[in-house]
Amino acid sequence: MGVRRVLRHSAWICWKDLLEFSRSKLRLVMLILMPLFMMMMVGFIFPTGNTISHTPVALANQDVSVNSTSLGNGLVTELETVNNQTGMMDLRVATGYDEIKTMIQSGKVSGGIIVPPTFTSDILAGRQGNITIMTDQSNPQTSAMIQSVVTKLIEQLGSQAAERNLNQTYNISLQDAPTVLMPYDVQVRGIVPGTPNYFEFVAPGIMSMVVMMSLMTGLPHAISYEKDMGTLDGMLVAPTSRWAIILGKVLAQSTRGMIQGFIILLMAVLLFGVVIHGSILLVILLILLTVFSFVGLGILITSFADKEETATMVMMTLMFPMMFLSGVFFPIQQMPSFMQTLANFLPLTYAASAMRKVMVLGAGVSAITPEVVILGVFGIVLLTVAVPMFKRAMNR
Amino acid sequence: MSDMAISTTNLTKRFGDFTAVNHVSFEVKKAEIFGLLGPNGAGKSTAIRMLSTLSVPTEGSATVAGFDVQKEDGKVREHIGLVSEKMIMYDELTARENLKLFGKLYDIPNEVLNKRIDKLLMFVRMEKWADHRIDTFSTGMKQRINVIRALVNQPEILFLDEPTLGLDPQSTAEIRELVRRINIENRTTMVLTTHMMSEADMLCDKIGIMDHGKIVALDTSANLKRSISGNDTTLFEFEIPNLDTSIVSSVESLKSVSSVVRDGATHIKVSSVGKDSFDILVDALRKNGAQIQTVKNLEPTLEDVFLNITGHEVRDDASKTSAPTRRGGPHGWRPNKRVR
Repeated sequence: MGVRRVLRHSAWICWKDLLEFSRSKLRLVMLILMPLFMMMMVGFIFPTGNTISHTPVALANQDVSVNSTSLGNGLVTELETVNNQTGMMDLRVATGYDEIKTMIQSGKVSGGIIVPPTFTSDILAGRQGNITIMTDQSNPQTSAMIQSVVTKLIEQLGSQAAERNLNQTYNISLQDAPTVLMPYDVQVRGIVPGTPNYFEFVAPGIMSMVVMMSLMTGLPHAISYEKDMGTLDGMLVAPTSRWAIILGKVLAQSTRGMIQGFIILLMAVLLFGVVIHGSILLVILLILLTVFSFVGLGILITSFADKEETATMVMMTLMFPMMFLSGVFFPIQQMPSFMQTLANFLPLTYAASAMRKVMVLGAGVSAITPEVVILGVFGIVLLTVAVPMFKRAMNR
Repeated sequence: MSDMAISTTNLTKRFGDFTAVNHVSFEVKKAEIFGLLGPNGAGKSTAIRMLSTLSVPTEGSATVAGFDVQKEDGKVREHIGLVSEKMIMYDELTARENLKLFGKLYDIPNEVLNKRIDKLLMFVRMEKWADHRIDTFSTGMKQRINVIRALVNQPEILFLDEPTLGLDPQSTAEIRELVRRINIENRTTMVLTTHMMSEADMLCDKIGIMDHGKIVALDTSANLKRSISGNDTTLFEFEIPNLDTSIVSSVESLKSVSSVVRDGATHIKVSSVGKDSFDILVDALRKNGAQIQTVKNLEPTLEDVFLNITGHEVRDDASKTSAPTRRGGPHGWRPNKRVR
């Protein structure tokens, strides 16, 4: 059977699939909603690095002034000034430990800061002023974050105060001091302009994942569904090559996956402030390569899943580890080493990594050559296994 | 070329230990409507799937439209159409789009295809609905489209697997009429499976009765019926309110009785041979204390043919308390043990 005939038939089958798809409004809406939810979900629920933003924190200043000086008030004012600039916390006034405890329990705040009654007197007596940080133990992530941020902030304010004291009390200028505790000067700079955000990390991964899903789940689903419905028989009984059927399905599913991929790209740029630094053409080529590397896997699942239900189960079992182990949502470097080893066997790891390098870091072809080669090899190996399996499955 | 559209030799399909089709050999003449009749699970659909190249035979061979179903499956496919038990249509596409897709899989050029689609739609009076989605149609309308969909390539041979299954009486009549029209107007050879005796009787020129994967009788409907009434076999149905197993076995043990089937709690159907068979029957029943409420002398139908040959009725329901017994029918055929 001629190649042109196979291509022609597959084009018609693809046309049919896409037409069918476009007729269902719900499916069209889902095409957009799915990636949107995915982005929002992973973009917002996962901690975005080592800082907090507008986290509600209670502040209780119990300091009693000594001779009408209150160092506590000064600290609070400075804390508020710094916070107004960074917007890390939303400070709420509280009276003390018990009230903050209730506030944390009721979920009104995620933590608290207490300046004790003896703060001024302790410092004036030459002791350290104690400050208590209260955290919500039920939420270790936020609690650790608040702890580190507030500690850092207060240390910073402390060193500024020390410098001031040095100046006022001993009249030593900053230059003349033998050792100087400078306020922290932390500068964060990425290798590309702009502040890095989590969406930039996650958008390329989700794009690769959606392409993977369309082939790994879409393809077996599309074929086993038609098998269950009996419509596949209509194509099989026509003088159409089996390859035209699977190619048509692959075309339709990849088209859908690519459309969804581009919706993600568009949303990432328009809604989530992601800046694409690499070439769009390379991004498209990478999507095509991802399609190629997963086609074999999709056909393989199709071959041994005779019913739609079986297909769904097989897909789910394979997909979830892939989604979570391939560095789509969390950097692989954060995983324990045996998980990292496992991740190295998953094609999605390379697809996501290459996509991220191109989109976020503006990498060219040379930088992603290893990924490209691995994806290509994956595709070839899987197809070599899948093709005979599919032939056998179709001849039952 | 011969005037045979289909011929099979020892066609067999096994699924593991289960033999779905067991050494089936038959021939179908061109322009003939051939019916495969039998209960569910008799192997009719599997036979059709092998003939339409959807399933590879385990053993034996078949020639369809002059081509071997295994070696020349591509050629066979060009000459056949299939109306399957499940409708082969996409609900979200319109009637025309469905027909177009399948036409394109047969490489029919656009102009020819479009004309043909219009003609087919007219043929089933569906031209008004051409551009409506399938899921807006009634089951009867769907089945009409489903049937003409199998005709887009103008097949020489059309396979119909239970074409009226699940249709209401009106649609059933419509589809049967349609099948006949296609056969007459296009001289299309047809192979039709059904578990409905009346359908086979009405449509088919020749009937192959299938049971447990085998063809147990093959002839015209009239000949099949004559085969049981011919050797003065008569079929009686008795209604006996106090029917029990001892009464049934007493009837079974009579020499003149060729088969007994218990039908529900109070009815038995008995086919018996001989002029005085009725008297013998009644005597035996009364001697065993049976209170006969009604007696019917049944005209032989295909149902009775089936009963007579296989010793059991065409039933889907396995839980039915029919006790098949037989002592050598007219063809001397004995039922195999069910393998399933």
